[in-house]
Amino acid sequence: MSVAIVDYGSGNLHSAAKAFERAARESGHDQPILVTSKPDDVAKADRVVLPGVGAYADCKRGLESVPGMIDALEDTVRKKGRPFFGICVGMQLMADRGLEYQVTPGLGWIAGEVDKITPSDQSLKIPHMGWNTLDLKTMHPLLDEIPLGPDGLHAYFVHSYAFKPARKEDLVAQADYGGPLTAIVGRDNIVGTQFHPEKSQKLGLRLIANFLKWMP
Amino acid sequence: MFKVRVIPCLDVKDGRVVKGVNFVDLRDAGDPVEAAVAYDAAGADELCFLDITASHENRDTIFDVVTRTAEACFMPLTVGGGVRTVDDIRKLLTCGADKVSINTAAVTRRAFVKEAAEKFGDQCIVVAIDAKKVSKDDEAPRWEIFTHGGRNPTGLDAIAYAREVVSLGAGEILLTSMDRDGTKSGFDIALTRAVADAVPVPVIASGGVGNLDHMVAGIRDGHATAVLAASIFHFGEYSVRQAKEFMAKAGLPMRLDP
Repeated sequence: MSVAIVDYGSGNLHSAAKAFERAARESGHDQPILVTSKPDDVAKADRVVLPGVGAYADCKRGLESVPGMIDALEDTVRKKGRPFFGICVGMQLMADRGLEYQVTPGLGWIAGEVDKITPSDQSLKIPHMGWNTLDLKTMHPLLDEIPLGPDGLHAYFVHSYAFKPARKEDLVAQADYGGPLTAIVGRDNIVGTQFHPEKSQKLGLRLIANFLKWMP
Repeated sequence: MFKVRVIPCLDVKDGRVVKGVNFVDLRDAGDPVEAAVAYDAAGADELCFLDITASHENRDTIFDVVTRTAEACFMPLTVGGGVRTVDDIRKLLTCGADKVSINTAAVTRRAFVKEAAEKFGDQCIVVAIDAKKVSKDDEAPRWEIFTHGGRNPTGLDAIAYAREVVSLGAGEILLTSMDRDGTKSGFDIALTRAVADAVPVPVIASGGVGNLDHMVAGIRDGHATAVLAASIFHFGEYSVRQAKEFMAKAGLPMRLDP
């Protein structure tokens, strides 16, 4: 059993790796966490995590610039059905396309687009930066034993663009920020969070632990 | 529902906390990582390290502090102080910082903000603004940017400068009133509000917190989305949890996770 965290030059993999290690240890689902830029490692992994910080186009370019990485992801996640977890832009990359600065094709794993946040309340600041609660839309094993709703636990968000899934059954949870924003999407063996579980304390560690034992 | 943030700030010099944190249960009050863990447990919404290491040789100490903090605390971390190059930012983010705060380097070379935001994304570029009131009491209020701890005037208007750095890609403004910093007399509310209303990004109010009413005023009257404080937390006058409960009672949306 092993978890591959894909390193394609985007963002802070150290915190993600440490959070996965902690969650693995504490949940009794201990397994090696490997930060890697090698497609072979991804192909051999039992679970795959795609983080991502920064602009959509930049992240996509970063992913494309690792030879064989997208093929390895397609094969491992889509063909072999290994559990996959996208974080922040890593989650957004599953969309058909991103509209940040320019139109960038995504991986097309979950139908939809990534577009600018436009809160109805003009005084709300962009980026949506800080802690927010989650409203459940579709039950998902990743949310086992996590208190949700207005009195539930909080997750840490930092983003100016949000995933707008085309199918409502792919929408797992939303956050409210002058209107609903996609917080979690999921379909089959793939799931992604807009927020950063590795920065979301209790909720984050619980969610990562749930991913580590998830058998889709 | 979206929540207001309370952010303790630690001054770190040569890898040690300056003006040690006065919590009873710390084994080593000078260790930034221990202080970070304590603040994490107390419900801090983010943590800020300000590296005030003077000598170039000791600058690597902050990387070690950030690395160890990211291993122990799963919360957002901003690091400022001496951030001058894209390489400085990359190193801090790689160690586990989520945001970097740029101060003097943005004043002296505005293009640096743009380079940094294009490279790492707006969301991780905080521009720290140290402002001081320069207008007389009977004049329309005007604040100017100062560098080097408030010693060096720059002639830059604080509001215009805030707008400019945001247009270049700053995703957040850390606004400190040099008039109020260390006075415990409360934030400069007029300054905070003027900047917060002028820019579309979040503004963190800083400088002058002496009691919990001040924190409420920073959000309610200053229109900030977060408040930063140092001494009232470090010396144990109030816990972060107390501050957040007080702010919630005053009607502000706060994260009070158990």
